[in-house]
Amino acid sequence: MGAVDRRSGRDPEFEAFVAGAAGRLLHVAVLLTAEPLYGAPAGASGGASGPTPASTAAPAARRILAGALARTYAHWERLRGDDPYDHTRQELCAAYARTARRLPPGTGVLARLGPLERLVLVMRVYEGVAEEVTAAQLGLTPERVEAVCNRAVATMRAPAQEAA
Amino acid sequence: MSPFDRKEAQVRALLEGPHPAVPAGLAAAAAAHGRRMLRRRRALRRFGWTVLCAAALAFAVWAALTHPWVTPPADVSPPLEGW
Repeated sequence: MGAVDRRSGRDPEFEAFVAGAAGRLLHVAVLLTAEPLYGAPAGASGGASGPTPASTAAPAARRILAGALARTYAHWERLRGDDPYDHTRQELCAAYARTARRLPPGTGVLARLGPLERLVLVMRVYEGVAEEVTAAQLGLTPERVEAVCNRAVATMRAPAQEAA
Repeated sequence: MSPFDRKEAQVRALLEGPHPAVPAGLAAAAAAHGRRMLRRRRALRRFGWTVLCAAALAFAVWAALTHPWVTPPADVSPPLEGW
């Protein structure tokens, strides 16, 4: 199984892509799910207080990323000139949008924002995706994307100003 | 730099937290999952084409046997006799 894919160069290309992009994509996924990276949540089994090992931290983010990467792999031949990173990020955001209601709100950086605000903030501010592209991928109008982005930025800055 | 760009930059700095460690074997697992997905998709497509071809063949055979385009002889009017 997979002998054809290996011969046609899909597997080495895909592995090189994952090696280069997985770190940033996983960070995007963790930002979206707002899962804690370090320290078990209160009341977790055994009361372990040390840093959570990488193999168990942020399970939802890792699951979403694995699914998005698998879809990119399956889509590899049809990407043609497209950037696999863009494709994977789009799949990642779509997967998060599908499952956001079933996920816990989280305790990470963006825990205070709703799913749509997180998506818009991460895509516009962190990933620097153009407003029109963000709007098309999320199925919104560009004006709405701008409004949500402004609101999210204001929400994120509010406590920082109080602390200063 | 506009005020909004400055605000964006502040939020961006907030988002640049510690990067999580990528679990080992992620690429291999994703490739295996993707390969499974491809195989399933291919099988589904083959099944769809098979059903479509079988339906077309069955229709052709049925049409050749029953000639549904031929109008059946009208048996309402009585046969014309005695002329």
